[in-house]
Amino acid sequence: MDNFISSFIRISNNLVSLNGAPFFRGSAGEEFEGFIKQVYKSLGITYSTFYKMDNLSKLGFIAAEILLNTEKKIGFAPEKTGIFFQNSSSSLDTDFTYFNTIKDKENYFPSPAVFVYTLPNIVIGEICIRNKIKGENSFFIAETFDPEFMEAYVEELFAHELIEYALCGWVELFEGNYEAFLYFVRSGKKLSENSSVKAKLHSTETLKKIFTE
Amino acid sequence: MKKVFVSSVNALSVLGFSPQETDKSLVRNVSGIKLHEKPEISPLPFYAATINAEKLQAAFKEYANPGAYSKLEQMLITSAKLAEKDTSIPFSSADTIFILSTTKGNIDQLAARKGIKLAELASVVAQFFKNKNTPIVISNACISGVAALLVGKRLIVSGKYKNAVVLGGDIVSAFTLSGFQSFKALSPGPCKPFDEKREGLSLGEGAATLVLSEKESGVVVAGGGVSNDANHISGPSRTGDGLFKAVSVAIRDAKINKESIGYVSAHGTATLYNDEMECKALNQAGLSNVPLNSLKGFVGHTLGAAGLMESVMGIYAMEKSRIYPSCGYEKSGVSLPLNVIKESLYGSFDCFLKTASGFGGCNAALIFQKNG
Amino acid sequence: MDELISKLKEQIIKALKLEDVKPEDIDADAPLFGEGLGLDSIDALELIVLMEKDYGLRLENASVAKTVFTSIRTMAEYIQQHKK
Repeated sequence: MDNFISSFIRISNNLVSLNGAPFFRGSAGEEFEGFIKQVYKSLGITYSTFYKMDNLSKLGFIAAEILLNTEKKIGFAPEKTGIFFQNSSSSLDTDFTYFNTIKDKENYFPSPAVFVYTLPNIVIGEICIRNKIKGENSFFIAETFDPEFMEAYVEELFAHELIEYALCGWVELFEGNYEAFLYFVRSGKKLSENSSVKAKLHSTETLKKIFTE
Repeated sequence: MKKVFVSSVNALSVLGFSPQETDKSLVRNVSGIKLHEKPEISPLPFYAATINAEKLQAAFKEYANPGAYSKLEQMLITSAKLAEKDTSIPFSSADTIFILSTTKGNIDQLAARKGIKLAELASVVAQFFKNKNTPIVISNACISGVAALLVGKRLIVSGKYKNAVVLGGDIVSAFTLSGFQSFKALSPGPCKPFDEKREGLSLGEGAATLVLSEKESGVVVAGGGVSNDANHISGPSRTGDGLFKAVSVAIRDAKINKESIGYVSAHGTATLYNDEMECKALNQAGLSNVPLNSLKGFVGHTLGAAGLMESVMGIYAMEKSRIYPSCGYEKSGVSLPLNVIKESLYGSFDCFLKTASGFGGCNAALIFQKNG
Repeated sequence: MDELISKLKEQIIKALKLEDVKPEDIDADAPLFGEGLGLDSIDALELIVLMEKDYGLRLENASVAKTVFTSIRTMAEYIQQHKK
């Protein structure tokens, strides 16, 4: 059975685009930390844990927050939702931040609040906590976004009914360069119950196309 | 549905570079966790299970010049080479995919920025075996190993590949040790999983390999599941619901009854909260009577290698009809019953469960079964 | 004591990334954990680092830490009693 992408989001270069259309533009020349805070404030939510997150988690969290807000209007079951992300730099950005707390023997104060974010899958954990998502989840590392692998793997999970919904994509951040591309996949079986949803086929071809939109 | 088999295995631990060698210490309840004084890793002495660098280099010299490869790369390649010897599955074939599980990769080289990208590390290993497919890398905290096996299984079932070389490893580093120290999660002595006197984990370094294939052999990767607690990014859920969910999915996926499970290889990190959470999950799953151990009292918590190494020793134990003691355990320190083994048990079993949980609230479970 | 309490409020806001919180919002006698600021286990560990880094005071075990971190006032009192 075919499965479908019901929405997608991109965050890069000071811009948030939802389903290919501009959603939020940050102030010109803003660095990531300032930009992501602007986006957070624009959403009008109160989630103070946001400020404790590392940059990678802030990026993934905000992208998921905006995307899932639109998906919640259609509806999905969080306990049957999986999350599958990829990136190239793992948690290296935060690894260097943590390293700064231990590299100087004279100023040796390892920070637990930073250490906890030195694993790339923590961003998935933050999104799960926020949305009560409890299903399958995995973080993969690849040099560039691999739509062929992501599609094949996620399709296999749908085929075995291990998930009915999936939040997937690329969440990459390292030393000021950032790019998030997330998309939401709905099981074809579930979609037929709500035919008013405009959706694209979940295929490598579609992913390649919307990745650059 | 297509079955996926385990064609060959290797475990490269503090206790030995093969399951056979490691087994000798496990049956005698001898731990590899020792006190180390290594100022380059920690200002104070620490307990851990580390791989002897000279022994590793001596083994690796057979394949290549140790000077050109990091400690972790030597561990991974040596482990995969030893697994390759025991199978006819072609490592270089286009039908074979390499899947790497690691939490921090070459983190000891962070300052030098050398080989710190995990995809690059995976390529170094895959290319060593002349495999041209882009390897898959899973970095999912302490469930990485179990998750990697599941990815391998699912890709073979899908028909995308015929074989998967699933390998993983992590080293004991200043980075990781200091981090767990800041969490006050390290045991002041060798760790004691499930014991009333447990005070935290002991880190271990190691590597392990499982070669999965559609080609029939003695052990089946019967089923598995991954879940998330959706509760806290570092603290396990107090209820064990998340791990219980992963175990339930695994049992359903394997199409077995829970009564078939003859042994549980627990995650058992020996932290106060993990072991308590795990005991709740296993009780919910009705597995409180099944003989259980944690191997972390022997080889330490090997992070990215853990799920793989502990699966390998579980498979070895199943083949030899024995269940190893849970090193470090004397008296229960968890609130619900568990059948933690104190001395080697001899007797055959056909099926075992491997569990894992990790930072980020993730949980994973895998069922291995004898073929036939 | 008041000066120390003021200083502690700012240090805690900074160390625990409580960006939404202003010093005047924090009640010096309110519980830090549970209700009040609603800090969690990682915050507790960071406070242990703060005590060591900024005041040279090491809290070795969890139960000492629990009592010291009841409120900002108890933290200030502990610092005043033990500071070298």
